[in-house]
Amino acid sequence: MAVAKNNIHTDPLFAISKGCFAYRANNVLQDIDLDLVPGQFYGLIGPNGSGKTTLLDLLTATRPLQSGQIIFQGKALADYAKKELATKIALVPQQFSMGFDFTVSDLVLMGRYPYIPRFSNPSQRDLDLVDEAMQVMQVHTLRHRLITDLSGGEKQRVVVARALAQDTEVLVLDEATSNLDIHHTIEIMHVIRKLVREQGRTVIAAIHDLNLAAAFCDQVIVLKEGRIFTTGPVGEALTVDLIAEVFQVQAEVQAATLNHSPRIHYTLS
Amino acid sequence: MSSKSPFILMSLALFLVLAIILATGMGFLAIAPLEVIQVVWAKVRGIGIAADINPTFPFVIMEVRLPRILAAAFVGGGLAVAGAVFQAILLNPLADPYTLGVSSGAAFGASLALVLGILGITVPLFFSVPLFAFLGAMTTLIVVFALAAPDGRLSSNTLILSGVIVAAILSAGIGFIKYLADEQVGVIIFWLMGSFVGKTWSDVTLTAIFVFPGLLLTLYFARDLNIMALGGRTADTLGVDSRKVKKILLVCASLMTAICVSVSGIIGFVGLIIPHLLRLVLGPDNRLLIPACFFGGAILLLTADTITRAWLPTELPIGVLTSLIGGPFFCYIFRKKQLGQR
Repeated sequence: MAVAKNNIHTDPLFAISKGCFAYRANNVLQDIDLDLVPGQFYGLIGPNGSGKTTLLDLLTATRPLQSGQIIFQGKALADYAKKELATKIALVPQQFSMGFDFTVSDLVLMGRYPYIPRFSNPSQRDLDLVDEAMQVMQVHTLRHRLITDLSGGEKQRVVVARALAQDTEVLVLDEATSNLDIHHTIEIMHVIRKLVREQGRTVIAAIHDLNLAAAFCDQVIVLKEGRIFTTGPVGEALTVDLIAEVFQVQAEVQAATLNHSPRIHYTLS
Repeated sequence: MSSKSPFILMSLALFLVLAIILATGMGFLAIAPLEVIQVVWAKVRGIGIAADINPTFPFVIMEVRLPRILAAAFVGGGLAVAGAVFQAILLNPLADPYTLGVSSGAAFGASLALVLGILGITVPLFFSVPLFAFLGAMTTLIVVFALAAPDGRLSSNTLILSGVIVAAILSAGIGFIKYLADEQVGVIIFWLMGSFVGKTWSDVTLTAIFVFPGLLLTLYFARDLNIMALGGRTADTLGVDSRKVKKILLVCASLMTAICVSVSGIIGFVGLIIPHLLRLVLGPDNRLLIPACFFGGAILLLTADTITRAWLPTELPIGVLTSLIGGPFFCYIFRKKQLGQR
């Protein structure tokens, strides 16, 4: 509940209370209480196996909660029709392998699926949004190329463009940049950061790299062994003690200044 | 779906109709295409046949050739559509209608019916072989699903592995049945290799009853299949109920396959080659690919059947012919694609 204390007086977008999820007799997530407010860039961090992906699955309603509840925009998440939810929440997955050679523009157009009735052709608005998304992600020059012929960086930009074309208030990123080099990573994160700042969208991103989270996120949600360890603004939450306790790594944290986000230096010993 | 799609589908449909007319005229008794049209037209309208046409032609056309040709076309279309569905759902361009072991189930059922006949245990129904084949295919499908069920997402790996396991057990069963059949094992082997010899209108009707509704259902979900190429998780966040669509279409494609195998035996490669080839030419959009597969599969199998019926000195089992043509052709495509990727 730490988020709500930080001078943000908006109604929560997501409110999870007592959320639990078990998988094959393992408790993957336990007692999750979390409020997320709109217009923020949330970084979801935690060691491997701490339940980040499962939490994102719960937020996108691709897995059902086993106990507790999630309220999204004032209504239980489970009560939304799939198509309706698809116009509100979009997902950028980490792994993307495509066995079929769709063109880039066909693939980005798939983001408009929830808006186009069956057996209908896309409207002009659909095509405009696809165009815009391709411009933003700088893949419009690749529009006629086959997705199977692209490099990893290009492919991931197309996948992000597909999610942008979906035109949703909430964007969920599951380690969307972890297969990319630093250049492409920063490029994508800048675009996402801009969406939050300029259009008031909400982003929830599972991120492995703590410095990346520190540089781009407003808030962090820290998971450890299926529980929420802490939440709060990047500058306050990411401390030496937290990194030592959650990640078992010795680090120094250089505090944020006016021009710089906090920086983490790991002590390798 | 591009604006060219209706044109492509119309051309394929026209090509299929032409192939049917030409094939009907070919054989021991050659009949001119125009005469074929005249006879069929007269029969459809229920009027008398023109006096200048050989009086044996109507019988040859309506009772001998047309049922066989239509059976081959519908089976070919059904197998190709089922193949396209399996490839799209399992996200594997090398899957075919037999991936889940449906063909082995049908083969086991048919062999069982045949060996019961050989051993002197009379099975009352004259269509016992297709019936047993169909029951075998359905039982296999149920077992494969039960094996894969604990994996809630029905991932392709789980499904393919379940299919392989069940098929392996069934081929051991078929081996045992062949051993029981002793010297009359040829009957079983011949059935397994597939044939359209002596197909009647009831075979055509039976196939059509399964293949056409199956085709319509698949077309209904064609757009969802495109989205599912993004992976189950992304498809779900786009509003596709991917688990439901998967189950419906796997059952639908398996039913189509089961009826095709029951009617004609196991005919390989149509369900693999046609979707694969058409995807190379037309692109991966299932809304165009699936109807195109129906026409493509129909044309291919009808052509192959006409070759064994009218051209070859002795009738070769059609399953052997399709595999003999399809195999090398597939090697060629595979090789070319690999070279292209470098």
